Amino acid sequence: MKCRVCRGPAIIDVRRHNANFCREHFLRLCRDQVAKAIADFDMIRPGERVLVAVSGGKDSLALWDLLLDLGYEADGLVIGLGIGEYSDESTSYAVAYAEAKGVALQRIDLRDDYGFDVPTAAHASRRVPCSACGLTKRHLFDQAARDGGYDVVVTGHNLDDEAAVLFGNVLRWQNDYLARQLPVLPAGDGFPRKAKPLVRLAERETAAYCVLQGLDYVVEECPMAAGNRHLGYKEALDGVERSSPGTKHAFYFGFLDRAAELFASGVAEGEGKADLGRCERCGSPSATEICTFCRLVEQAAGAEPVALRPRR
Amino acid sequence: MKVLLRNPRREVEVAGPISIVAMLDRLGYHRDQVLVIRGDTLIPGDAMLRDEDQVEVRPVISGGAL
Ligand code: SF4
Ligand SMILES: [Zn+2]
Ligand SMILES: [Zn+2]
Repeated sequence: MKCRVCRGPAIIDVRRHNANFCREHFLRLCRDQVAKAIADFDMIRPGERVLVAVSGGKDSLALWDLLLDLGYEADGLVIGLGIGEYSDESTSYAVAYAEAKGVALQRIDLRDDYGFDVPTAAHASRRVPCSACGLTKRHLFDQAARDGGYDVVVTGHNLDDEAAVLFGNVLRWQNDYLARQLPVLPAGDGFPRKAKPLVRLAERETAAYCVLQGLDYVVEECPMAAGNRHLGYKEALDGVERSSPGTKHAFYFGFLDRAAELFASGVAEGEGKADLGRCERCGSPSATEICTFCRLVEQAAGAEPVALRPRR
Repeated sequence: MKVLLRNPRREVEVAGPISIVAMLDRLGYHRDQVLVIRGDTLIPGDAMLRDEDQVEVRPVISGGAL
């Protein structure tokens, strides 16, 4: 196997590009793809301050590393979700990276700072764990961006993630989600801009990037993820991708090029843009008097902590 | 040859010499699902592994509904 660029010995095959790469040219491919995504979708402008949503997994650490490498001023925020050992281990990788690089990492711990954890909040609010977790993360990242004066929050969603979410939204024709499934969402109404600079990289590529850069990340899965719908959609798409490499890219970028606008314009003017008030408790933009996050905190507050089953 | 598997972490023995593709096949993986790691680098799909090699087969999928 030879590198497509230099004809030297290759270390990785990227079937969707029908090409093999040596270490140096694979790392360059990753940087180029991120730079292209940022430029194509106007994700980050020169001089802006970036807040990276760091989880300790491969995607967010690769993202942080790539942004620093590309010269962006990027700080991290990691949230201790209280999902047993998994959370502690994840956080430790984020902390180790920040220390090694000498970059700023803000830490929030749900138990210490808000008196709850994801399993307990999910149980108390009768949400699936990923829903309680997702709304918590979105809320805290938005708030941290406002408080810290960041221009944009970036997350480690990769091509596989976005294709799987798109697939799920299409299967159920979730028009409102399809209207907002974009790699960048503009700031507004007290919310920071949100961007996904890894949309041009597959998850095998972000994992390979971490290995080659010597970045340790949590390899184990979140114990709450097992059996969730997202994983099912990913597996279904993986089957198609295997027999026809490049399908995910064509699906997702075809949507962005040809369909996203149709859904976006289908959302009536002003809809979803109704002037938001402010949450009485935390001051975040909210359509209701008390925002969903503060309601979750309240529901979880009195609840008996949910014990996780020990890991295998 | 010792092969480290993840999720959960465990070790299995696979007799070498064997190609990466054949080893993954034997372990029930498709090469798009995993990285094969030796030390601090990756081993491409067409490589042969010898009996004295030590490698890790690391799945790349992550399932969080982010
Ligand atoms: S899998 Fe679900 S619960 Fe686990 S970290 Fe991701 S969103 Fe949170
Ligand atoms: Zn090369
Ligand atoms: Zn609130």
